[in-house]
Amino acid sequence: MKAFLILEDGTVFCGESIGSTREVISEIVFNTSMTGYLEVLTDPSYAGQAVCMTYPLIGNYGITPDMESSRSWVDGYIVRELSRIPSNFRCQGTIQDFLKEQDIPGIAGIDTRALTKILRDKGTMNGMITTNENYNLDEILPRLKAYRTGDVVSKVTCSEATKLAGKGKKVALLDFGAKKNIAKSLNDRGCEVTIYPAHTPAAEILASNPDGIMLSNGPGDPKDCGPIIDEIKKLYDSEVPIFAICLGHQLMALATGCDTHKMKYGHRGGNHPVKDLETGRVYISSQNHGYVVDVDKLDPAVATPAFVNVNDGTNEGLKYTGKNIFTVQFHPEACPGPQDSGYLFDRFIEMMGGAANA
Amino acid sequence: MPKNNDIKKVLVIGSGPIVIGQAAEFDYAGTQACRSLKEEDVEVVLVNSNPATIMTDKNIADEVYIEPLTVPVLEQIILKEKPDSVLPTLGGQAGLNLGMELEESGFLKEHGVRLIGTTAETIFRAEDRQAFKDTMEKIHEPVAASQVVTTIEDGVRFTNTIGYPVVLRPAFTLGGSGGGIAHDENELREILSNGLRLSRVHEVLVERCIAGWKEIEYEVMRDAAGNCITVCNMENIDPVGVHTGDSIVVAPSQTLGDKEYQMLRTSALNIISELGITGGCNVQYALHPETFEYCVIEVNPRVSRSSALASKATGYPIAKVAAKIALGYTLDEIKNAITKKTYASFEPMLDYVVVKIPRLPFDKFITAKRTLTTQMKATGEVMSICNNFEGALMKAIRSLEQHVDCLLSYDFSELTTEELLADLEIVDDRRIYRIAEGIRRGISQEKMHDITQIDIWFIDKIAILVEMEQALQNQELTVELLREAKRIEYPDTVIARLTDKTVDEIKDMRYNNGIVAAFKMVDTCAAEFEAQTPYYYSVFGSENEAVETNPKKKVLVLGSGPIRIGQGIEFDYCSVHCTWAFAKEGYETIIVNNNPETVSTDFDIADKLYFEPLTAEDVENIVRFEKPDGAVVQFGGQTAIKLTEDLMRMGVPILGTKAEDVDAAEDRELFDQILEQTQIPRAAGGTVYTAEEAKAVANRLGYPVLVRPSYVLGGQGMQIAFNDGEIEEFIDIINQIAQDHPILVDKYLQGKEIEVDAICDGQDILIPGIMEHIERTGVHSGDSISVYPAPTIGKDIKEKITDYTERLAQALHVKGMINIQFIVMDDDVYVIEVNPRSSRTVPYISKVTGIPIVDLATQIIIGHTIRELGYQPGLQPEAEYVAIKMPVFSFEKLRGAEISLGPEMKSTGECLGIATSFNEALYKAFLGAGIQLPKHKQMIMTVKDADKPEAVGVARRFAALGYKIYATRSTAKYLNDHGVEALWVNKISQESPNVMDLILGHKIDLVIDTPTQGHGDKTRDGFLIRRNAIETGVYCITAIDTANALANSLEHAQEQLTLVDIAKVKNA
Repeated sequence: MKAFLILEDGTVFCGESIGSTREVISEIVFNTSMTGYLEVLTDPSYAGQAVCMTYPLIGNYGITPDMESSRSWVDGYIVRELSRIPSNFRCQGTIQDFLKEQDIPGIAGIDTRALTKILRDKGTMNGMITTNENYNLDEILPRLKAYRTGDVVSKVTCSEATKLAGKGKKVALLDFGAKKNIAKSLNDRGCEVTIYPAHTPAAEILASNPDGIMLSNGPGDPKDCGPIIDEIKKLYDSEVPIFAICLGHQLMALATGCDTHKMKYGHRGGNHPVKDLETGRVYISSQNHGYVVDVDKLDPAVATPAFVNVNDGTNEGLKYTGKNIFTVQFHPEACPGPQDSGYLFDRFIEMMGGAANA
Repeated sequence: MPKNNDIKKVLVIGSGPIVIGQAAEFDYAGTQACRSLKEEDVEVVLVNSNPATIMTDKNIADEVYIEPLTVPVLEQIILKEKPDSVLPTLGGQAGLNLGMELEESGFLKEHGVRLIGTTAETIFRAEDRQAFKDTMEKIHEPVAASQVVTTIEDGVRFTNTIGYPVVLRPAFTLGGSGGGIAHDENELREILSNGLRLSRVHEVLVERCIAGWKEIEYEVMRDAAGNCITVCNMENIDPVGVHTGDSIVVAPSQTLGDKEYQMLRTSALNIISELGITGGCNVQYALHPETFEYCVIEVNPRVSRSSALASKATGYPIAKVAAKIALGYTLDEIKNAITKKTYASFEPMLDYVVVKIPRLPFDKFITAKRTLTTQMKATGEVMSICNNFEGALMKAIRSLEQHVDCLLSYDFSELTTEELLADLEIVDDRRIYRIAEGIRRGISQEKMHDITQIDIWFIDKIAILVEMEQALQNQELTVELLREAKRIEYPDTVIARLTDKTVDEIKDMRYNNGIVAAFKMVDTCAAEFEAQTPYYYSVFGSENEAVETNPKKKVLVLGSGPIRIGQGIEFDYCSVHCTWAFAKEGYETIIVNNNPETVSTDFDIADKLYFEPLTAEDVENIVRFEKPDGAVVQFGGQTAIKLTEDLMRMGVPILGTKAEDVDAAEDRELFDQILEQTQIPRAAGGTVYTAEEAKAVANRLGYPVLVRPSYVLGGQGMQIAFNDGEIEEFIDIINQIAQDHPILVDKYLQGKEIEVDAICDGQDILIPGIMEHIERTGVHSGDSISVYPAPTIGKDIKEKITDYTERLAQALHVKGMINIQFIVMDDDVYVIEVNPRSSRTVPYISKVTGIPIVDLATQIIIGHTIRELGYQPGLQPEAEYVAIKMPVFSFEKLRGAEISLGPEMKSTGECLGIATSFNEALYKAFLGAGIQLPKHKQMIMTVKDADKPEAVGVARRFAALGYKIYATRSTAKYLNDHGVEALWVNKISQESPNVMDLILGHKIDLVIDTPTQGHGDKTRDGFLIRRNAIETGVYCITAIDTANALANSLEHAQEQLTLVDIAKVKNA
């Protein structure tokens, strides 16, 4: 069946329908990872977005147990080609079936590079994936322009707290749409990890006397998370060590008076170099964000930059002055992507007074 | 970390002659690195014995030494030039070993010179088997269990601890001879006993067999601050067991999930960090296909063939960045030259698929074993880029220029299914074609996976291609079907063949329906950032993103494709220089080529690079878009020449010598007319198509005759026939390799062979120099030792040659390059052949005479004249140096290959000996080719009857050098009868001790074996002697003239060589 991708600027790509045939309007973003399509599909940070994979061959190793959450969160999926057969010793099914089961609409067979160049040049925009051959641009384009992603954190966060047993430090993980590997990275290092829903009051978390608090990644515009930001301010005021990733990093910045803005087309992929400003070392990181913290307006009395993106100089992490708090924009939990910055979890454990590599 | 300003003058070590396993990739890496060093105002001293390289040009380095790559020579250069640093990581294994030896002997320290790019400790820990194992164990990186054994019992004992099967590798044997895989104790005992005997040190490595696992490679960069990135990973379609240089390789990996990909990536970073490498490094893994278990196979702490491939596959210039790192820069300080926005500390992301296929020399060595093993056999490779795997594979196949264009190109339809299943076990270059046949027969993909261990994902891709082939054969050709066939890169020619239509019909149907190629960019970043460098590949069914340019003048330079015997790195040298010369004249330059190892496919050589197959259709796609003002074909070897007609049909003017004149030189009858008109004699001969006609011509002329196909390079298929039977045999072989053109049969004349490269502007000619071959006619010019200036011919003969050259160039209306080979017999000069194009001697003659031949030829093509360019026409005054080009062979790598020299070229590379005297130049040439004699002062002679009188003189010279001579019965008798002492030794077929025992005693320096004619019989004594000599590392000579040259060289051995700085040669 034919499918169409219609962009806010009026560009239409014609391809073949994959997954669900239902119509969807969403923000369109691209991801440059060459492996890890399943981790991308199941990363809750993609809620509210249709993802275009720039690597042209997707599904080669099928569906493996490497899910970053219990289901797929992308609004839509855009690829050049889905592999006819998957091949991998852990393969449990095909991506074609997975997309159908998860009711994800998608389009294949389009020039994904041309699409990527449009997004790069004009910036992230909204779009529609539809199988309706009689689409009417006059009717659709205003709808695309009007579309807002809205509060997606509430949609992706867990509904009740769960605990991963561990003999080491006690970590409270606030789930704004957390990838599984954040909890796992801490748990693998011996931590007892309690995962809380995004809207859990600060008081409740602090009452559980955690050794450290982890603020997770998540989808959407951080400024749509007003009430959460208020609670995070309270966590900041406590003396509990805090480590935050991605959306968590942005929310902490907003909670402490700093600002964020939307990037032209964001960073999504597994190849971004980030520099640790303390050591001068550069690490290749996994990234997925469309918003960034404004370091221009950063008050050094509150926080100073800890990491910077080598390519475009944007902020990649903050160290909070006089506080046991550090936050990063990238994903030390990888999955997909490089594991180079996994040492940050060790640093967090040291901040909590534990031994690294426990 | 900014640049280390203490580094002001660097000695860069090149990799020497091109041999199998060490090819043009090091010229690419070395050239890029030297340019990168010069960008930083570092003075570069370069040493490389290979004159065909671009890196040995005086515009690439400040001081250039084309000298033998030995420790004493390097020490001499260091003493003379006083560099502060030595960079050894760009010259392959050869360069690395030399750097290591200089460091270990304390020489560098003593003279205040440091090794940059890597430390000796790093090299040791990566290269020494035990040290490497210990290092890997320390960081918990698994390696395959192995042990060196010296007895059979030890081998059995060790194998019992690790389990069968095991791989056995004898130490110090070449070409993997004596090794193998043992599946049980019987096999183990048998292989081990043979391997221990073949090994000079009686050692065999017993290793756990991981054959069948996936083979994965990572290219990693690290700077001195410890920052690491991976440039690219690659997956071998052929599982472990086939050398990665002989495997079909795809980038990035296709069948690895992110878990496996990152697991190995992290491991690679751990390894490069632990080894403390600063620069580039290649890590090879075996990955179990059913678990996460893996083994590190090896680590190369330097740039390599794989790094060249990774550079071309991603656009990331590994050698350039490695050179900057060596100067002290960190990755985040080095700009990405493609995007000019990002930095070198960025991992390239591909939005396409790259396929590499090796170019194997089995069309040259028909007796060689075709099996692919852990010993590399490929002479070169092709790379292709497409946005789907099937298309990339199809493009790579047709880039090979081996008469293959689709998966039907090797016909296995005659086999029964049982035979096919049995043959699927064979691991050779035709495996994918057998799998395709299997799919046609309906053999299940699982079954073929079980037999070949090739991942089912790749087998399914082959199935998709076969399904298309069947659809084209059986269905009506609809627009949709055509569109899909083009998406997966079926060429028009194949579609026409399968649909029983003409190529023009297919083309019309395509154009009428808008099915045209689009060009996409290689930009390192999957379009995330805007790229500045026009490096393109074609796809179907996408939007074109190549930028249209309308400069005043635009020229298309066709490259020479994969490196093969007969068409080597020399042609890349010529293409690159031609491109530079056009650029200097204000042209916009476009290069089309498909060889990832070369300088010409570096992204900043031409204004635009199209990484594409060199077929008419692929070139036409580019022509339609670029509309060049002209094309140059005379520098890209036979590959480019063959496209002449097609280019004219596309309406592209051929710049320089016209197509009809090229034809006149190649076409027998037209050429005969030219010779008649110019009154130049040649050996009598005729043109034939069949064996019957050939025999008729041969009998008319009288045997021996020279038989060869037309329109080939490197004398492919050329043979001297002594009787009707041999004619039949040869015509058969010729018909397998080149069906389209007539076959030439000439009277064979034995005399001095002379070669000339000249430039002609239509009026005047310029001859930079005349070369003479040491070997008499009958040995291919590429395999002969070539001496400039010609030492044994007189002034009148030189004048005659100059005159003939002028007459021929004028008659053929040559504009640009011409190469002519002559025979001199007494006072007579005959023409052998004329090639109105650049030749393999051009780089070497350019360097020794200081005359920039390609540059001049290009300017003449543009319209200048020789006089305008400031040169006097005619033969140029002889240079003050004698330069001797020595062929270098790779026979030890090709089991079963016939090594005796003849009219068909067999050498893979060359080195140069340059000095003020002939004797020293010759000594240097042998030294540069790796002939370091004497060692044991014992030799074996076995010569055919015709050579016996001359063999006496040879034997006498070696005896005078202190050699003990062993000879087979008749040779021994003849020598003794003529007063040279020779010890009689039994033939192989006779009882021990015989010749074979002598060779396997590892005390023989040299075998002189001049073979009697007759071919293909691998059981003959001579063949076995030559093969065994080669495989145990004994130098083997098959022509009396070569033997005399070696004697001469040994008689004039000298410890201190006089160094010649090529950059300071006169005329320069």
